[in-house]
Amino acid sequence: MNIVRYQRYPHSDLSVALGQLTNMRQELDRVFESPFGSLLRPLGSLNRWNPAVDVYQDKDQFTVYAEIPGLKKEEIEISFHGDTLTIGGERKREGNTEDGFRSERFFGKFQRSLTLPLPVNRDQVNATYKDGILKVVLPKAEEAKPKQITVSLN
Amino acid sequence: MNISNQQQNESALAARTEQKPAQYATPAADVESAKEGYTIHAEMPGVDKSGLEVTVDNGELTILGHRGAEGFSGEPVYREIRRNDFRLVFELDPTIDTARITARVDQGVLTLTLPKAESVKPRKITVE
Repeated sequence: MNIVRYQRYPHSDLSVALGQLTNMRQELDRVFESPFGSLLRPLGSLNRWNPAVDVYQDKDQFTVYAEIPGLKKEEIEISFHGDTLTIGGERKREGNTEDGFRSERFFGKFQRSLTLPLPVNRDQVNATYKDGILKVVLPKAEEAKPKQITVSLN
Repeated sequence: MNISNQQQNESALAARTEQKPAQYATPAADVESAKEGYTIHAEMPGVDKSGLEVTVDNGELTILGHRGAEGFSGEPVYREIRRNDFRLVFELDPTIDTARITARVDQGVLTLTLPKAESVKPRKITVE
C-alpha cells in the first residue's frame, strides 16, 4: 500500500467519518484502476506534510494540482528526473507560536513525486500558483499524443 | 482558554438548510494568543477574498470559505483534493473587541487578528 496520505482534518462527527470512509473506498477504487496507482507515493513517514495532489489529462496535456497554501513563489521547487515530476518546498513558520494553543498546520519540508505514464515536452512545462494551489501543466510529447489516421481510397 | 472550536453536526445542519455542499471540511488552523489578542491562521486552499465570509454573531465567530470553481481541464486521473467548502466556528473570548477584528487572505491562508479590548488589557494603576 503506497498511496496512503496522512489526513489531519479533525472530525469528531460520526457521519463525517463514515463519509470519509466512503470517500476512501472510492479513492482506492479509482487508484487501482488508474495508471498512476502504483506511481504516486508520499515519501518518508506519515507524520509529515504530504500535500494533496490531483492529476488531470486531456489529449494534449497533463495538469497536476497541489494544495500547498501559504508559500511564497520562491519556496516552491519543481524538478524532473527522467519521467518523474517532483514538487517540493519548505514552508516556514512566521512569528512566534510558542504560546499557541491550537496547532494543526504543518511546517517544514514537503515533497511529492509522480511518474508520468507518457513522455512530456519538458521545455514547455508551465507552473502557476494561485490561492495556495499550484498548477503544473505538462504538454504531452508529440509522439505520445493520440493520432488519427485517415483512410484514403484509391 | 476562551476560544474553543465548536464541533457541530455539520452534515445535519447542511441537510436541514438544504444547501448544496453536503459537508464542510474543517480547515487546519493555528491559534496564537498574546497579551494584545489572538491570531488565527486557517488553511483554505482554493479560496480567494471573494469566497470568504467571516461573521461574528452572538459571541460566535464563523469562518466560511467557498472554493472557486476551478477550471480543471481534461478528465481526472488521480484525485486527492477534496472539493468541500470550509467552515470553522469559534466561541469568542468576551474580552475581544469584535469591532477591530481584521482578516486577510494570502495564497489560501486566512489570517484573522482578534485584538483584546483596551479596557481589559493589564495596566498599572498609580497610587496617588
